[in-house]
Amino acid sequence: MNNDLPRWATAFVMPMLNLLSALLVAALVIYMLGEDPAESLGILVHSAILNPEGLSYTLFYASTFIFTGLSVSVAMQAGLFNIGSEGQMYIGGLGLTVAMLAFDQTLPAWLLIPAAMIGAALFGALWGFLPGYLQAKRGSHIVVTTIMFNFIAASLMNFIIVKYLIPPGEQNTASRVFAESGEMPRLSTWFPSLGDTPLNISFILAIAALVIYGVMVWRSSWGFKLRATGLNKHAAHYAGVSISKMIIIVMLISGALAGLGSVNSIMGSTHYLSLNFVGGAGFIGIAIALMGRQHPVGIFLSAVLFGALIQGGFDLSLEKPNIPTETFIFIQGLIILFCGAMENFYAPAISALLKRTKG
Amino acid sequence: MKANADVSFSIAKGSIHGLVGENGAGKSTLMSILYGYYRADGGEILLDGKVQPIRNSQEAINLGIGMVHQHFMLVENFTVLDNIMLGTEGGFRLASHRTEAEAKLRDICERYRLDVDPLAKIEDLSVGAQQRVEILKQIYRSANILILDEPTAVLTAQETASLFEILRLFKDQGKTIILITHKLQEILEITDNVTVMRGGTVVGAVATAGTSKEELANMMVGRPIQSHLPRAPYNPGATVLEVDGLQLADAQQVKLLADIGFNLRAGEIVAIAGVSGNGQSELLEILSGMRLPTSGKLRFLDKDLPFAKRTDADGLPLAFRELGIAHIPEDRLRDGVVKNFSVMQNTILGYQDHLKNRWGLFNFKAIGARCAELLKTFDVRPANPDLRIGLLSGGNQQKVVIAREVLAKPKLMLVGQPTRGVDIGTIESIHTQLLALRDAGVAILLVSVELEEVRALADRILVMCGGRITGELKIEEFDTTRIGLLMGGMHKS
Repeated sequence: MNNDLPRWATAFVMPMLNLLSALLVAALVIYMLGEDPAESLGILVHSAILNPEGLSYTLFYASTFIFTGLSVSVAMQAGLFNIGSEGQMYIGGLGLTVAMLAFDQTLPAWLLIPAAMIGAALFGALWGFLPGYLQAKRGSHIVVTTIMFNFIAASLMNFIIVKYLIPPGEQNTASRVFAESGEMPRLSTWFPSLGDTPLNISFILAIAALVIYGVMVWRSSWGFKLRATGLNKHAAHYAGVSISKMIIIVMLISGALAGLGSVNSIMGSTHYLSLNFVGGAGFIGIAIALMGRQHPVGIFLSAVLFGALIQGGFDLSLEKPNIPTETFIFIQGLIILFCGAMENFYAPAISALLKRTKG
Repeated sequence: MKANADVSFSIAKGSIHGLVGENGAGKSTLMSILYGYYRADGGEILLDGKVQPIRNSQEAINLGIGMVHQHFMLVENFTVLDNIMLGTEGGFRLASHRTEAEAKLRDICERYRLDVDPLAKIEDLSVGAQQRVEILKQIYRSANILILDEPTAVLTAQETASLFEILRLFKDQGKTIILITHKLQEILEITDNVTVMRGGTVVGAVATAGTSKEELANMMVGRPIQSHLPRAPYNPGATVLEVDGLQLADAQQVKLLADIGFNLRAGEIVAIAGVSGNGQSELLEILSGMRLPTSGKLRFLDKDLPFAKRTDADGLPLAFRELGIAHIPEDRLRDGVVKNFSVMQNTILGYQDHLKNRWGLFNFKAIGARCAELLKTFDVRPANPDLRIGLLSGGNQQKVVIAREVLAKPKLMLVGQPTRGVDIGTIESIHTQLLALRDAGVAILLVSVELEEVRALADRILVMCGGRITGELKIEEFDTTRIGLLMGGMHKS
């Protein structure tokens, strides 16, 4: 239906209208909670974007979201709805931890960090490979299997952390703290004005990943085959694409990207693996992929938006006692509702408007 | 855009009226207005001299207008009787109503000499019989005006002939028939008057007796059409493709292809004629590498085609293509193009690996130039490489596919239904292209359900029925009746 609309309308006007609608409903709820929506929005924007420290927190959260958003997006290009980025990132965290526990006493930082990243990517890829293989060779639907693999990942990690990773004598359900050499260098080292925030070079890596994704998907022959697979499997087969191989490869990449999301969360901030450290970042990746329409710029902007909601929402709940911390989850839900489920809500109206103005 | 602009025509009661026009000329829109699917923005419909605002299809039915769609609207596992009663069950007392209905149905069958068993299940009936059920349904609902949309597209020559007999009988009974078709031969054969449409308007209304195929074609296209395309004398070269003992069974062990064997030589067009669904599609799929046969031998340029040890056809089309086998798929929108890709992207589909640099990245400048050249040579309109191909007309989409495959300079060209859903003007240019390819020494295997097309292009004709080759003819032996019998499964005696 929105195929009839010009690009600028589907790429900018519609997402903006969707976002505005979500914010409008959020404003209504904030008003009903007895707070001033305009003032609240001011606080949110100020604490998440306008001050350097807040902005750097926003970008810190966004770094993880870019990876999970890319994970979902690349699978979507092949027509696969990977719901499993959550579990893939979780298992990716395990790979990272295994590398850390094995090498953090011996390897120097410049070897240790790549080793941990490879561990994260490999384990994430493995967790993407299994549903991919089942889809390609057995026809098990990827949505169903990836959802189940999220649960399997959660139980598995529960078991591994409790049974093997808690250091003797500790109560906290987490691994030991990794050596300092395994910390991602913080951007505040070079830009002190950012303040003492966890924003680290993962952000730069995320941007690099966006660029590579953009080039691979739209400018390479592999990306051409990938998108052909997503848009028309029959024609892709006709063009010589091995569909099952493509599904498996793209799920490996998707899982690896999700796995890499754990690098920012663990090596950029906590420095240990803890239970449920993913905290929904994989699911937010789905919203980001939908809202950003799997385009690098869109993914970046959506990731920053969700980062800002977390950062700003947190500050907002501190300043306004009537607004609970959960508000941001609620706003997030509204954005997913309007930008995902009701994506084409305004399409008929816009197309009617365009028709009328054109006469 | 106006799909219909200022259309006026009249149809005499008790006549057969033909409506012809190219795709997109507005025939279907017009009929949908008559049948109440769409409402006209202006103008009026008069029935027996009275203005009738037809607001929905129920009103059309009440006025005695019946429509037989190109795709049948039947419940496959219901009986004929149940299908006909559907929507007119007459409330609670189904059993007694059924007896009444059956009696009425048998009466109609007899009166119109429609050979249909009311208690047979639809899925057991031939396509021709299913169509008779559709017609029966309209008569049962006391339709006096019958609209038939491309009724012969799915019929064999014999079935077409018997359909026309039924239609003539209707006419004799005072009923009015509107026949929509693009087959001019049929118009000449059966109609009394013809209305020709082009670009949403009526460009001609003539009595059939006073017109000719050429005149109608010229009116439809708006320019003279060559009825016989020039071709070099038949002078085939070396054998390009040998097919021997080809078998294909599906997962339920139903035989789709049985013992197919033939040769194809350079510089000849071999056409496979047959009613659609008799194994031609499967044969094309196997020869293009899209599907594996169950058994059999395929030799291409004196080498076995590389599928022997495979368990699936993944990537096989590419391997075949690299050997010099090009393929214009039957189902263009399913296999031939990616609808949401641009025209330019579709011109490299299947050849994407030829146009990348050593980093695997595309050289868009070269691809753009290649595409621009191709759009110009093959006269694709609009010649905009960035347009989504889904927005092009069927004919222009097909031109893009053909251009892409011709550009690859194949040794063997597999062509499936090259002019399905394509208008007359474009058919001419596609046929010219294929003949030029033949004259240049390419071996061409053509699958077509249009006998006209087979006649226009083929050097030799193979007829398929039920997954077997039932006969072979040279073009000089072309005989519609004989081909029709072979298509129906009668082996040559």
